[in-house]
Amino acid sequence: MNVPADLRYAKTHEWIRQENDVITVGITDHAQSELTDIVYAEPPKVGAEVRAGATAAVVESVKAASDIYSPLSGTVTEVNDALTSNPALLNTDPFGQGWIFKMKASNPTEIDALLAPEAYTAQIGQ
Amino acid sequence: MSDLALLKHTPLESAHVACGARMVEFGGWYMPVQYSGIMEEHRAVRSASGMFDISHMGEVIVSGPGALAWLESLLTNRVGKLAVTRGQYTLMLDESGGVIDDLIIYRTGELSYFLVINGACRDLDLEWMHGHLPSDGSVVLQDQGNDYAAIALQGPDAEKALRALYPACDIPKRNGIALLIPSLVASDGIVPSLVARTGYTGEDGFELFVPVAHGIALWESLLAAGVKPCGLGSRDTLRLEMGYPLNGSDLSRDRTPLEACLDRFVGLDDPEKGDFYGRKALEQQRSEGLPSQLTPLKLSVQGPPLRSHYPVLADGVAVGETCSGALSPSLGEGIAMAYLPEVCRIPGTQLEIEVRGRRYAASIATLPFYKKPSL
Repeated sequence: MNVPADLRYAKTHEWIRQENDVITVGITDHAQSELTDIVYAEPPKVGAEVRAGATAAVVESVKAASDIYSPLSGTVTEVNDALTSNPALLNTDPFGQGWIFKMKASNPTEIDALLAPEAYTAQIGQ
Repeated sequence: MSDLALLKHTPLESAHVACGARMVEFGGWYMPVQYSGIMEEHRAVRSASGMFDISHMGEVIVSGPGALAWLESLLTNRVGKLAVTRGQYTLMLDESGGVIDDLIIYRTGELSYFLVINGACRDLDLEWMHGHLPSDGSVVLQDQGNDYAAIALQGPDAEKALRALYPACDIPKRNGIALLIPSLVASDGIVPSLVARTGYTGEDGFELFVPVAHGIALWESLLAAGVKPCGLGSRDTLRLEMGYPLNGSDLSRDRTPLEACLDRFVGLDDPEKGDFYGRKALEQQRSEGLPSQLTPLKLSVQGPPLRSHYPVLADGVAVGETCSGALSPSLGEGIAMAYLPEVCRIPGTQLEIEVRGRRYAASIATLPFYKKPSL
């Protein structure tokens, strides 16, 4: 299972990528593999306030709907519109074209509570 | 997650694990929900062949001089019209007309019948049957649920696969049943292998019943013949595309078969069908009018996959909820079933299905949702 070294992870299987003050959020390779065929994605709205650990998006496989939790608190600045027409990007490229939303963190110290790649790898039992 | 030790296990479990199954709890059973993926498995059954472990379903043998008369009192359509080797879909009701179970009954001999009941309600069904057996000993009821492993082989290529494995087998016609030849017979000699041309997918196909000890060998020979292992996930999308009801979701003790639009499996108008449990309640309901009817719905717009328990609204007012729902893999559209009052059928009524607080326009569909493309 792919766990890129340059990202931080939530226990609930989301990742963040930090570039200056822009945080990109997606789900991990492990998460997409567990969810299987993703057929629908409902990202948050631009401008929405999200809270760390609270539901920010929903992705659905044929079998089940799954909440996606925001790893950090802040404001949504951009969402990945490509997921509307091609939700399978979450399966095929979870760390790239399958990103879900970008945000501006209101409390960047929350990042310290996220897992480093090694810790997340240990959590998923690799 | 349920405690694994409390779940019932199918005789094919090790084969599922070897095929990479994702196992889940279903109706008290530990069952495969998918192997390679629900979409892929669904397509395999629509275009080639797939197989499902249906060992969780119950097999009951009813025999004896009083069998026919007793079954007529127990089931909704006329059992007496079945010739030997023929089967039919039927329902077992309580006195108030509520559905205890939907099942298939095959006539396997002059005085013997083979019933296949749902896995989740085996105990309840048997309790009901035992509780209503005549006391004169004229009917013998045998629960063979734990003696059989069962596999549904479904899809346009199912017959080809079966013929390759059993060249000498007399392959039954639709809804028929035959001995699976060469017959695998358990050491005690009371568990004949059977093949029925029935299923739950809308495709041609067979349901194979073999003694538990032969289950894995049958699974592996079908696998070697190129039949794709399919789980409960695609079993559900396939049956819903056809509008086949699922007991526990679409059928329950709180609904009658008339509300479920299963009138054609109820012998109310058959002059040769006598009394049966629930008949009076059905007649009363028919004269008074149905409070609601199981209605096929389709999203009219792009939206999320439909699932059970989503609110249904008519002109903005909540009128019911979905009891089954899916994103139809064949159609790429959201489909669902819901018990709705008559008012929803008035032309011009704006129907909507609510998903996570958002409302999506829907319309009444005709069954089956999926119609096989004509060649």
